[in-house]
Amino acid sequence: MNSTDQKPYGVKLEVRGLRKSFASQEVLQGLDFTVQPGEIFVIMGPSGSGKSVLLKHLIGLEAPDAGEILVNGESIMTPEIAAKYRMALVFQSGALLNSLTVGENVGLYLTEHRLKPPAEIERIVREKLADVRLSEAIHKMPGELSGGMKKRAAIARALVIEPQLILYDEPTSELDPLSSVVIGQEIWNLNQNTRVTSLVVTHDRDLAFGVADRIAVMDGGQILTIGTPEAVKAFPDARVQTFLNADFKREPRFKNI
Amino acid sequence: MFDNIGQMVLLFWRTLGALPLAWRQRQKVFEQFFEIGNASLLMVCMLSFFIGGVLSLQTGPALVERGLPSAVGGIVGLAVARELAPVMMAILIAGRIGSAMAAEIGSMRVYQEIDALRTMNINPIHYLVLPRLVAIALALPMLVVLAILIGWFGGATVAEINHHMAIPFAVFFGDLRSMVELKDVANGVFKTFCFAIIIGTVSCHQGLATIGGPRGIGRSVTKAVVNSIILIVMFDYILTRLLLH
Ligand SMILES: Nc1ncnc2c1ncn2[C@@H]1O[C@H](COP(=O)(O)OP(=O)(O)OP(=O)(O)O)[C@@H](O)[C@H]1O
Ligand SMILES: [Mg+2]
Repeated sequence: MNSTDQKPYGVKLEVRGLRKSFASQEVLQGLDFTVQPGEIFVIMGPSGSGKSVLLKHLIGLEAPDAGEILVNGESIMTPEIAAKYRMALVFQSGALLNSLTVGENVGLYLTEHRLKPPAEIERIVREKLADVRLSEAIHKMPGELSGGMKKRAAIARALVIEPQLILYDEPTSELDPLSSVVIGQEIWNLNQNTRVTSLVVTHDRDLAFGVADRIAVMDGGQILTIGTPEAVKAFPDARVQTFLNADFKREPRFKNI
Repeated sequence: MFDNIGQMVLLFWRTLGALPLAWRQRQKVFEQFFEIGNASLLMVCMLSFFIGGVLSLQTGPALVERGLPSAVGGIVGLAVARELAPVMMAILIAGRIGSAMAAEIGSMRVYQEIDALRTMNINPIHYLVLPRLVAIALALPMLVVLAILIGWFGGATVAEINHHMAIPFAVFFGDLRSMVELKDVANGVFKTFCFAIIIGTVSCHQGLATIGGPRGIGRSVTKAVVNSIILIVMFDYILTRLLLH
């Protein structure tokens, strides 16, 4: 059984009328969108707009108040159906297990479920860590890593699952521009090689416009627009434009002090 | 505190249901087991020596005065085996190990490590709670057997060196053996086993229920220790009452 023989194929993801409130705050106010198999779908939006909450619903960590999530046309609200599909979430913080080494973290899914013999797991772990350029950190503890290295380790841990749907929560936050480009390339390469359906949540405009097949802009728990990068750039709504074009300008009075 | 007793019972029940998986998790059980031993062995020895000693000191002179020197060994022996070693060690372990369990699981909760486990279809009860509960249920009774022996030894030492008593070692243990039966020790160890389950369940439950960042971890730790101690003392009465029959 060679893992490259059976390539994972991307699934179709549909979200219909998704609503969620925490206490009195309605964080998701009825979201509707469809991600096609093998697509890279990017969700952009300001901080606090409900992006991470949305991802938690998609991976089954939160249950919606209303609405549906369908994978390949099946509702994944029942755990049995959700278990049929391999889905992975790369957490915003990485969420590595602090008591395990990086290598153990990356191999955790395989060791806990006893899917492969130890030597094979070791080989896969090394391969996935090499994919994210983190080979030298295999025996380090997560506490010894920088924010960006944690994030790359978390991506490697997600890759081990050989997902059919991969969700990235802010994959390039905390990364320097060069590492961001590397991660962007990784997301794209992975998508090309495996046709994994990829959903990327980010503030990073370079990443979004660099990798996206389609982009959704979210604010205040609603989707403002969905479209190709060009269409979104040209979308006339003021909130979308301010968000996409926000730029740091130095005030003249700060100069020459 | 009693609003989540139902949740704790449920957690215990689920862990019990996962018990067949304990063998698979044996590596983690051993790790936890040795951690418990490492963290508490020295404290257990010191505490139980002085508990036996002070008990001997408090009861001995009064008994000798009334012409009952042969009761000292029996009273110290029974009190240590049935009551003091089980309860004091359980309270010590609640403070030392229960707090650590709540803190560790609580921080995993807060830093989304438990969410990460769940996204990988790894059940936190199997992965985190089961090994801890099994380890403490094995380790605490063993520690208490040790504590009982050292407590007796402490009582005997004080009885011999205290000049109001001056009961020789051999006499003390002779009196002790004529009054303490194996059943008494077994009862004490059985109670301890129940206390271990209380500590493990309460602490893991508090850890898993942690909300609200680092301050939440602190709150969970405090609650784990306080609730464990309250339940230990309550169950001590109930179990003692039942075991008397
Ligand atoms: N478990 C929760 N309980 C209560 N409120 C929550 C919870 N999780 C998220 N929220 C609230 O939901 C809103 C959206 O949070 P979310 O984390 O999804 O934002 P985000 O879009 O990911 O922002 P960022 O880009 O900063 O990560 C926030 O106002 C947050 O306070
Ligand atoms: Mg977020």
